[in-house]
Amino acid sequence: MTQLAIHHLTSQYDGKSVIKDLSLTLERNEIVALLGPSGCGKTTLLRAIAGLQPITEGDITLGDQVISTPSKSVVSEKRNIGMIFQDYALFPHLSVKDNIAFGLHKMSATEQSAVVDDMLTLVKLQGYQSRFPHELSGGQQQRVAIARALAYRPQLMLLDEPFSNIDSQSRGEIMQEMRQILKKQQVPAVFVTHSKDEAFAFADKIAIFKDGKIEQIDKGNVLYTTPTSPYVANFMGKTNYIAIESITNDSIVTCFGSQQLQEQTIPVTDNVMMVRPEQIIVDEQSHYKFKVVGCIFAGSHWVYTVCAIDNKASDGKNITIELHSHLLLDVDQVVGLSLNIAHIVTFNFDK
Amino acid sequence: MFIQLSKKWPAFSWLLSLLLFLPLLAIVWQSFGDDQDVFAQLWATVLPDYLVNTLLIVLGVALLSAVIGVPIAWLVAMCQFPARRFYVWGMLLPLAMPSYVVAFVYTDLLEYAGPIQTSLRSYFGWSNAQDYAFFDVRTLSGAAVMLALVLYPYVYLLARTAFLEQSQSLVQSARLLGCSPWRSFWRISLPLARPAIAISVALVAMESLADFAVVHYFAVPTLTTAVYDTWLGYGSLAAAARLSVVMLAVLFILISIERIGRNKQRHYQRGSGQEKVVRHQLTGIKGIAASVFCGVIFMAGFGVPFISLLDMAINYFDQSWNSQFLEYSFNSLLLASTVALICLIIAIVLGFFKRLSASKSSDLAPKLASTGYALPGTVLAIGVLIPLSLFDHGINHFFESFGIDGPGLLLSGTVFAIAAGYVVRFSAIAIGSVESSLNKVSPSIDMVTMTLGLSPLKMLFKVHLPLIKKGCFAGALLVFIESMKELPAALLLRPFDYETLATYVYQFVSDEQLEHGALAAIVIVIVGLIPLIFLNRSLEQQD
Repeated sequence: MTQLAIHHLTSQYDGKSVIKDLSLTLERNEIVALLGPSGCGKTTLLRAIAGLQPITEGDITLGDQVISTPSKSVVSEKRNIGMIFQDYALFPHLSVKDNIAFGLHKMSATEQSAVVDDMLTLVKLQGYQSRFPHELSGGQQQRVAIARALAYRPQLMLLDEPFSNIDSQSRGEIMQEMRQILKKQQVPAVFVTHSKDEAFAFADKIAIFKDGKIEQIDKGNVLYTTPTSPYVANFMGKTNYIAIESITNDSIVTCFGSQQLQEQTIPVTDNVMMVRPEQIIVDEQSHYKFKVVGCIFAGSHWVYTVCAIDNKASDGKNITIELHSHLLLDVDQVVGLSLNIAHIVTFNFDK
Repeated sequence: MFIQLSKKWPAFSWLLSLLLFLPLLAIVWQSFGDDQDVFAQLWATVLPDYLVNTLLIVLGVALLSAVIGVPIAWLVAMCQFPARRFYVWGMLLPLAMPSYVVAFVYTDLLEYAGPIQTSLRSYFGWSNAQDYAFFDVRTLSGAAVMLALVLYPYVYLLARTAFLEQSQSLVQSARLLGCSPWRSFWRISLPLARPAIAISVALVAMESLADFAVVHYFAVPTLTTAVYDTWLGYGSLAAAARLSVVMLAVLFILISIERIGRNKQRHYQRGSGQEKVVRHQLTGIKGIAASVFCGVIFMAGFGVPFISLLDMAINYFDQSWNSQFLEYSFNSLLLASTVALICLIIAIVLGFFKRLSASKSSDLAPKLASTGYALPGTVLAIGVLIPLSLFDHGINHFFESFGIDGPGLLLSGTVFAIAAGYVVRFSAIAIGSVESSLNKVSPSIDMVTMTLGLSPLKMLFKVHLPLIKKGCFAGALLVFIESMKELPAALLLRPFDYETLATYVYQFVSDEQLEHGALAAIVIVIVGLIPLIFLNRSLEQQD
């Protein structure tokens, strides 16, 4: 069942269209990450969903209610949407208990404390009810923020860069905790981030943003292995683009030799093949020799820069590729390399 | 910083600080002295009334300033309405208006023979005061209104900043949690601005506690006028010192409120200030109402008094442009410039001492030196008079013991006294300004200079002074301006036959003849506008 539906949304900020003709749907209990560089419209979309930003075209539907059209908009306080801000936006003059109970002013005092107790248990902050925000750590503040939003029983949770103020040691743990809480409460969520690692860890699906539009939306692993544009390919991780020498019906030829295409057709106009560094393996049997020109130790592996040597197909031009390996290679050493690719991705770089 | 300063520098710094702290000590010490029962007599007769008057005025002004200042701050900070940009700055202008000038202008306008009552009588055909009821300005509540009209900008200024610096996400969160805009104002915006409002109201209360001119002119007896009268009337320094101690007690309470506010503010105002404020658009009648509200307050605090002054200055130009006006302007200029220079030197000496000294106690020196700023002008004057007259008496005794006539009142009866009073009162401004500029210079600059082989004194002249030039200028300018405006301390400390512009204007106010001093009053207002021009730039940046 669709929980959130956005159709052909356009929104302007300072007279400029920040979101252009954007469509997105969110299933029940689904967490979608909006991933992109800063200033690409992710936060604006979040604010438009929350009703904090007017829209100029399109509409937004939450559950079975249309909440935003250019002419009519349900005010923020009637949308029943929870939002976690980058700075958590805890009310500094209220205790943890009063913060959590803030949205419950229609309930009786006893009902309120019951909900607050439930929420404190949920976010593992029992015994903290009379503390004030400035007495809590960043992670604790964030948990109060999520408890406050959940106490209000929102139909949808919006999270704006919620992990950027948490130190990298505890970030992974907190992300998992938050994810479990949202799943347990069955609240769908839209999550804004500029870090692909956070998106991978927290979201079910990732929408890659570019200039106010969604470039591609899918599961993280799909985006990584089969991006539909170089933009998405680059955003998902390091990649090499290898010039294609020729394409036939069942094979593709590069400086790594010929690759068989399995149940896959490639537009004949495409001229580069995407190869992730870890898709290149050191293979002494290979006829395709490369010289190591640089190496950097990167912890779990070495990153090598290598050049194709004496390759007539590349017109004598050196190409540089990055190779991830656990083997120790020397600079100037010549190694044979081959590819290990299940699904071939190609692009046309002339367009 | 572990730089070895020569012994002279710390010794000199401590000496300066103690000298600047001396008036406060002197008051406390003198209050134990013999006052021939003047204080006890006062206490048994009029003092309780004076105390009540003082408290009523302080509370009244504080309340009125908050009632005027907070709504204006919220409108200007969070709403968009016609002429808002002008009011951002315009609402501060009353700060430049001496309260006694405002008091005079309204007394003049609203008295029986004034234009308002005259036209009311001719319009309604009333023949005399028995036919109608009209309020009297020259009362305690009138004084509170006059003071609030020129002091509310403190509340406006701090509350506006507090509203602007509130993280937008707080109000947005409240909205998403089901709060209407009105409700989120009461539950979030206002409580978060409370510390800033408390600080500013405490400052307003201190200013109204210190006020001498308005209450004296309106003949409302308070603690300040009592200090003035006991010294000039009874000549009893000890009784004046005891009264001062009572004022210090009230002051202490106000300072505590201010401190508590500042502590809370740290948590309440995170002040990211990067988000753009989304203002409520007030259109149609609402916008006009907001604009008119601000306009009325602006006219009341600045517009009407300033136009009246201009009118008087033009009509009485020949009478006011005279040798006295020029002489007293020169007195004020010379005095204010000298005081500014002395304060600046003190600030540099202490600032540099604090920066380079390794010991923690060096923080205390500038703090001791800054206490004078919090003292009401009349109290400070008494505090300065005590040690100076003690010194003069000592000298004269010394001469008389040899059978020679003493030199008379060498310090307490000359311009030295008034200059010393101003230095004690205003050096805090220069110290603060120099200190904050010095703090902006990275400590590594000092280290690198020392490793390049410069002595501390050379470093001061070659590195720090060029870097803090602007702060020095700003500090000295503010001291200059405050010295031009200061009235109560000048009234008590000036030598016989010596007038500053402020005492000159006040003389005309008490004689109900401000027409003749209008030109001088305009000079004071214009000098007072200078810091507001500087302030305007930072206001626009915030906006």
